[in-house]
Amino acid sequence: MLNLGLDILGLARFQFGMTTVFHFFFVPFSIGLAFVVAVMETMYAIKGDQDYKRMAQFWGKMFLYSFAVGVVTGIIQEFQFGMNWSEYSRFMGDIFGAPLAIEALAAFFIESTFIGMWMFTWDRFNKWVHTLFIWLVMFGSSLSALWILAANSFMQNPLGYIINKQTGHVQMVSFSKVLSNPQLWNEFPHVIFGAFVTAAFVIAGCSAWRLLKRDHVTFYRKSLNVALIIGLIFSLGSIASGDLQTRYLINNHPMTFAAMEGLYKDSTNKGEWTAVGGFDTKNHKSTWSVDVPYVLNLLSYHKTTGTVKGMNKVNKELHAKYDKKFGKDINYYVPTKTLFWSFRIMAGAGALFALLAVVGLIMNRKKSQAIMKQRWFLYILGLCLWLPFVVNTAGWFVTEFGRYPWVVYGLLTIADAVSPNVSVASLLTSNIVYFLMFAGMGLVMVVLCHRTLKAGPDAANTDGYAAGDKEIDPYSKGAFNHD
Amino acid sequence: MTSFQLIWFILIGVLFSGFFFLEGFDFGVGMLIKSFARNDAEEDVVIRTIGPHWDGNEVWLITAGGAMFASFPMWYATLFSGYYLVLFLILASLIFRGVSFEFRANMETAKWRNFWGWAGTIGSLCAAFLFGMLFTSMIAGMPIDKNGDMTAHFLDYVNLFSVVGGVAVTVLCLVHGLNFIRLKTSGELRERALSWNKILYPVLFAGEVVFAILLFFSTDFFDKKPLSTTAIVVALVVVTVLAYWGVLGNHEWLSFIGSGLSLISVVVLIFNGLFPRVMIANNSAYSLLIKNSSSSPYTLKLMTILAFSILPIVLVYFIWSYWVFYKRLASPKQNA
Ligand code: HDD
Ligand code: HEM
Ligand code: HEM
Repeated sequence: MLNLGLDILGLARFQFGMTTVFHFFFVPFSIGLAFVVAVMETMYAIKGDQDYKRMAQFWGKMFLYSFAVGVVTGIIQEFQFGMNWSEYSRFMGDIFGAPLAIEALAAFFIESTFIGMWMFTWDRFNKWVHTLFIWLVMFGSSLSALWILAANSFMQNPLGYIINKQTGHVQMVSFSKVLSNPQLWNEFPHVIFGAFVTAAFVIAGCSAWRLLKRDHVTFYRKSLNVALIIGLIFSLGSIASGDLQTRYLINNHPMTFAAMEGLYKDSTNKGEWTAVGGFDTKNHKSTWSVDVPYVLNLLSYHKTTGTVKGMNKVNKELHAKYDKKFGKDINYYVPTKTLFWSFRIMAGAGALFALLAVVGLIMNRKKSQAIMKQRWFLYILGLCLWLPFVVNTAGWFVTEFGRYPWVVYGLLTIADAVSPNVSVASLLTSNIVYFLMFAGMGLVMVVLCHRTLKAGPDAANTDGYAAGDKEIDPYSKGAFNHD
Repeated sequence: MTSFQLIWFILIGVLFSGFFFLEGFDFGVGMLIKSFARNDAEEDVVIRTIGPHWDGNEVWLITAGGAMFASFPMWYATLFSGYYLVLFLILASLIFRGVSFEFRANMETAKWRNFWGWAGTIGSLCAAFLFGMLFTSMIAGMPIDKNGDMTAHFLDYVNLFSVVGGVAVTVLCLVHGLNFIRLKTSGELRERALSWNKILYPVLFAGEVVFAILLFFSTDFFDKKPLSTTAIVVALVVVTVLAYWGVLGNHEWLSFIGSGLSLISVVVLIFNGLFPRVMIANNSAYSLLIKNSSSSPYTLKLMTILAFSILPIVLVYFIWSYWVFYKRLASPKQNA
């Protein structure tokens, strides 16, 4: 076999990263769109304004595309724990499997059933019942996020378990501790708010591009308005919940936090915050930086005094704590540059989103034409359509790379989690094929969304398969005759 | 073996039965897109019969997988890592078929509609075949080591027995799909489904007989449990005969339930034969057993409580959604 210097661990990690990132392009988009569409349809139900119905149907199409891709990539996610991480599955099954199974039982069934109901019954149920369907989809997908994040939170911050002496595997002793994990309740709102922001700014961006073409101005201005209001509320929400998470990390994952802020040495009482900087990750020091005093303390403690532990110190503490169990040779430094820049992208974007929403709402007031005249602003909104996807990924980079070198914090290293019996050739093949499939699906998604936009809100609804939609009552005579 | 372990072994069997019953016709209908439907409009109707349901049906698989992970982590780990390539191909098939319905409906050119139609057809075909192959080879026994890691080679899971198993499951799904189309359409499509099934059932019988013979030689089912295994094989044939009778006598519901029960009997056959094991190793000392592959008693009890309180609610709205869509779709006018 050709030796390319590839190993199982590297390939399995690459595959996990690739598939989750891809899954998570669509996840927040679906959750967010379900919410925005539900809001639009509710407005229609209340006001009876046909524009809102058209809005719900129009943006609902993008929701359906995203949902389809989200669903099919989700199955890979569930299967790959067993396929690529069998040692992990054996070690964690007692705790990890439960939320996963409950997610399927309690959430995926709701989502998948009611999305079918919503899609195909526009003119069969009264508008309130039909609106209820999309809210149920929204409810189901948030519930699914809650359960999977419960599983993920255990990996970040194990609680409610013991180690079984015979098998060495983790064993659940308290389900309520698993569910009340503070990591979870920090993560969940942030992820959901991020999802709402995602959908809001994609809709805002799409509307902006159409407004630049002066296409269906009333329709897109109304859409823009809904999107920006939701965008404003939840970008502020992301900032607030992100702030909570940041302060949670200082105590729980000091290494992650120090890397996010690029601190090798402990900070001084002046709280110098590195706005941008360069790092020598081999020798564990920063090479240059632009510092602003006091900001670090304001961010970390909401006051001007205090100090923050640097990575070098945390590294020593971790060695002291874990050397007995994992040996001296483990590297506890997390990928600093990745964390540092990911965090800056995310936080910067959070602020940018809030700003854009405020400006946009002011320009888009009912009586004003400002939004149509300030074309530069529409261009910016249009370009920012892509940003939420980058930001969501950056957020997960912080979380997931911040856990290095463990899969389950303090309990199991990544290297010990991988399936020993899968060959490099299999992994390489699947990596390549997944990559091609993802590229293809991503491309089709983009093309479909473009086309939907171009066809405009008045285009016929193809998802109900109009051609075949001649239904016959099963109890009518014709249905049973063989004509 | 504790009673919770037994409950979960059975429950996983139930979830897989649900999956094969539902996704069985769904795979079948998928395969029919490009073979049975004669033009674009007919393809639309064929897909529309499962349009609102296919995702919900697939969730049965996801639930079965999740439940296996939660209740028998060792089984999940061994099975999924051991069958890496097969599962990878299954995933690829499920992905193609899953997006194909939505993508096809939104394509503008005939060429691309055609492409996604084929993606749905081939994806469904491969998924059904591979599932059949996976489970058949699994009961024949696999090379599993002391740690529970399975290191199978291509010929371990691709051989006469497993290929026959794969084909049998594929044909079963196909007739099940046709029976479903008979229930959900009227006119031309409904008629054609009947004539197809009249031809396919004899093929299925032949397949089942060959399968039963190979089962005798390739597995230890008849040695270990001669009575129950024979009884289930007979039941399989009986429900198939009933379904065929339904086809000939034009009793649509009977034939649909019959083909669904055939799929369920296959699952029952497998689970009955596995018991009290979950994975059969060539070296029987290394077979995974129910009693030492499960999660802790705490987790099993918790999961039992949750499953028995959530599943009934799920079933209510799941069945209700079928009820809502229980309408026949008219076949498109010819040359329309
Ligand atoms: C924060 C939310 C979130 C996160 C972190 C993940 N997912 Fe996900 N997943 C969803 C939120 C979601 C969703 C919103 O519920 C989806 C996406 C689009 C959709 O259709 O449902 C979904 C779909 C989805 C499906 C298909 C469900 C169906 O057929 O209806 C499966 C099996 C999974 N996911 C499994 C996973 C696993 C094993 C993950 C971890 C590695 C994971 N997801 C990460
Ligand atoms: C909530 C569900 C999630 C779970 C249970 C989970 C679990 C895991 C596991 C088991 C690994 C492999 C071990 C490792 O390499 O560290 C991993 C790595 C990774 N995850 Fe997650 N993850 C989740 C969500 C996400 C999301 C939504 C993203 C991104 C959008 C993401 C991004 C990554 C990346 C980039 C890696 C690779 C890191 C590396 O190579 O070390 N994760 N995660
Ligand atoms: C100023 C604003 C923000 C701050 C301070 C912030 C802070 C954080 C922090 C500290 C984490 C890591 C948590 C951990 O490791 O456990 C995180 C994760 C994440 N962030 Fe943000 N964030 C902000 C804005 C946003 C925005 C606007 C989005 C999306 C549009 C977003 C999406 C995410 C996601 C998806 C994760 C990963 C999941 C998680 O751990 O919650 N964030 N964020």
